Amino acid sequence: MATAASSAPRKPIAEFFDQAGMLVVLAILFIGCSVFVENFLSWRNMQGLALAVSMTGMVACTMLFCLAAGDFDLSIGSVVACAGVLAAVVMNKTESITLGVAAGLGIGALVGVANGYVVAKLRINALITTLATMQIVRGFGFIISDGKAVGIGVEDFFSLGSSALFGVPTPVWITAVCFAIFGFILNRTVFGRDTLAVGGNSEASHLAGIAVDRVKIIIFTAQGVMAAFAGIVLASRITSGQPNTSQGFELEVISACVLGGVSLTGGVGSMAFVIAGVLIMGIVQNAMNLLNVATFYQYVARGLILLAAVLFDRWKRRKQCGTRGI
Amino acid sequence: MPPALAFDHVSMAFPGVKALDEVSFDVCAGSIHALMGENGAGKSTLLKILSGAYPPSGGSLAIDGQPRAFRDTAEALTAGIAVIYQELHLVPEMSVAENLFLGHLPQTFGIVNRRALAEAARQQLELIGEDINPQTKVGQLSLGQRQMVEIAKALTRGARIIAFDEPTSSLSDREVRRLFTIIRELRTRGCAVLYVSHRMEEIFELCDRITILRDGRHVATGRLPSRDTGVPPLDSSLPLTRDAVVQRMVGRTLADIYNYTPRASRGFEGTALAAGPTRTADDNREGVPTSGSSTHEPPPTRDDRALVVDGLCGPGLAEPCSFTVAAGEIFGFFGLIGAGRSELLKLLFGAVPKTSGGITFSGRELTITSPRHAIAAGIVLCPEDRKKEGIVPVRSVLENINLSARRRTARAGLFIHEAWEQTNARERTAQLRVKTPSVHQLIRNLSGGNQQKVILARWLSEKVNVILLDEPTRGIDVGAKSEIYTIMQDLARSGVCVIVVSSELPEILGVSDRIAVMRQGKIAAILDRAEATEEKLLKLALPLETGRAS
Repeated sequence: MATAASSAPRKPIAEFFDQAGMLVVLAILFIGCSVFVENFLSWRNMQGLALAVSMTGMVACTMLFCLAAGDFDLSIGSVVACAGVLAAVVMNKTESITLGVAAGLGIGALVGVANGYVVAKLRINALITTLATMQIVRGFGFIISDGKAVGIGVEDFFSLGSSALFGVPTPVWITAVCFAIFGFILNRTVFGRDTLAVGGNSEASHLAGIAVDRVKIIIFTAQGVMAAFAGIVLASRITSGQPNTSQGFELEVISACVLGGVSLTGGVGSMAFVIAGVLIMGIVQNAMNLLNVATFYQYVARGLILLAAVLFDRWKRRKQCGTRGI
Repeated sequence: MPPALAFDHVSMAFPGVKALDEVSFDVCAGSIHALMGENGAGKSTLLKILSGAYPPSGGSLAIDGQPRAFRDTAEALTAGIAVIYQELHLVPEMSVAENLFLGHLPQTFGIVNRRALAEAARQQLELIGEDINPQTKVGQLSLGQRQMVEIAKALTRGARIIAFDEPTSSLSDREVRRLFTIIRELRTRGCAVLYVSHRMEEIFELCDRITILRDGRHVATGRLPSRDTGVPPLDSSLPLTRDAVVQRMVGRTLADIYNYTPRASRGFEGTALAAGPTRTADDNREGVPTSGSSTHEPPPTRDDRALVVDGLCGPGLAEPCSFTVAAGEIFGFFGLIGAGRSELLKLLFGAVPKTSGGITFSGRELTITSPRHAIAAGIVLCPEDRKKEGIVPVRSVLENINLSARRRTARAGLFIHEAWEQTNARERTAQLRVKTPSVHQLIRNLSGGNQQKVILARWLSEKVNVILLDEPTRGIDVGAKSEIYTIMQDLARSGVCVIVVSSELPEILGVSDRIAVMRQGKIAAILDRAEATEEKLLKLALPLETGRAS
């Protein structure tokens, strides 16, 4: 290997680095933390890490589609909270897990359809639309819970968040399945390719016969349902619906996607890189916790990492297309 | 005296491509120097180097005999170089005056001196003889006026070397005349003008000398037989003829780039011409209501695979439009910008909803309310603005080709048929001779001509009955143009109705079997190939009230 690499001067390595980008960063980060951070590699910590990123991971799947189609969704943090609260309230009233989960997913779908309709049909900018629904839905969560945490009385429900299979917590399995399904949809289905085309140039896509509006509405709906589902899983883990939870969650998810090389202008994105982005954010957070870095400093560090990642990406791209300074 | 601008063995290498290979030539002060070459020949790269956007990877520039190396565009500006691109670099929300002095507004302690600004702007605009209020927002100006503002901006910065990149591609005829007057004025003032264009007529009308590039290499620099310059020829060599220029650009002679061949199967020979008298401009000048304009149309043809458009109305059309295109016919639409040609195609394609009117193909009434329906019915559109409406720049050639056809070929209508997509992309790129390193190349890295071929490839992957081509060769070099004409002829020969919109008279005359002239949102006349001439078409296309000829 070493001889092959040295005889063909650096090219394969450079190419691999270009292609793999964030995956390499992830590998280096993981190895670095394993070596230098005590307890990092322990099974217990790995479980904790996986559980911590599971929620971001789930929602990042649909956020990837949203960003790839050239939009984004700020309302997900509120949907997580509202769906959890609503599920808790309905469950307490009806004693039925099914009805509770259905109500939670229902509110997510409703918000998603509304977002999608306003963005696609009424052509309001996604930033403004979802900024509005973010506040509306947050308010709605407070209204139905009267501003207080809603403890859940149906104990069977807690197994969704706290059970484990082969020693891996259920939410982590769910996230892994989501990664697989949405990765497949993006790469291997007409819908996935249409999504990237719409993000790359919606007018050209329209003129190529793609039902642009429908693609967007479906994406926003999926995003709403996914966020609601994450909210229900969260409620199960913490045994209550919290109207205050997940503030700023939307930015965490978008950061992870951007870290994974998804273009904010649309048209570019891959699941493997988004997973890398999610894990990088999770590992950094986890390592800082283990190293007892104060929360205030953690914010600073996360912001710096995001900025560095984006600059790195820009630098790499510029290198790829010569000196074309766009 | 050293030349105003000299390129000395300039090379530029991008990863995998040598965009420029040791290009050397001089541009003299007080001359208009044409730069021609096919797309991908290296013209744009050369301009980018001149503007300081790229440092050359080899060779150097000299200005007035002084070698210069620009680190950025600001340095090139200071050295008196201005490059005026196709996409103008003006801020639409700001006034003309502010745009003219952008970056060096007259100011006292950071506060803009509005009066001085207005005064200086007025002077600059007067200098180029343009009657524009400096307070107008640039966004409210016509494209031609914006170009003038761009030129005035270059002059306010003291530019003495001015390069134009395809300046006329979106200008009306009148605006082109205006631009030429000003470019000649620049020459008189001793500026060195570098003029990049694909339009042969312009080059021969305007330029004194020409440099031809091919595949990044310098092929020839020579004199052009200019008419009225009053400037003595710069060298004694024989002027290059049009044929010689084309031959050097493409490396072969093009006898007839339109490749027009009469097709025996045309459904209109006889019937159309005998039955319907050609509508002339005078019919409409009398204000005859043309709602029943089908009376001017030929009666139903023997050819049952015809496209019949009856009383089509919608945004951009002033009157209902009716016409029939036979299978295997090439039907041209000529008209000035804004005459409603592109709008008509968009209505046919369902991209813009029509308000009334019927579209029939093969005797079957089509209901088209979106491009998707149109494509399903075999009607496809190559849009006018390739970048904005045609390509998905950040995706690969393969994806751009299969953008539409994959809906049809996907397994269960959902899952991508990878093997088919690969094969289709390979076959289509080979068939249309798309120049790309691989089908996985991002389409934005291809030249304009090759992007257009990819869009054609997209539609050739579908079952096409009617193809609508909106300015199919705009901004494309001669070689690729000729190939696109061949594709059009082949499509027609295979029985497709080909509808082509073009602003270039020689092109529309060269390719069409019949030509409809549009004026102010209506079809002014439909002429047969045999009776159509440049004069007739132009006369029909010009607006009525004013009749301002160029």
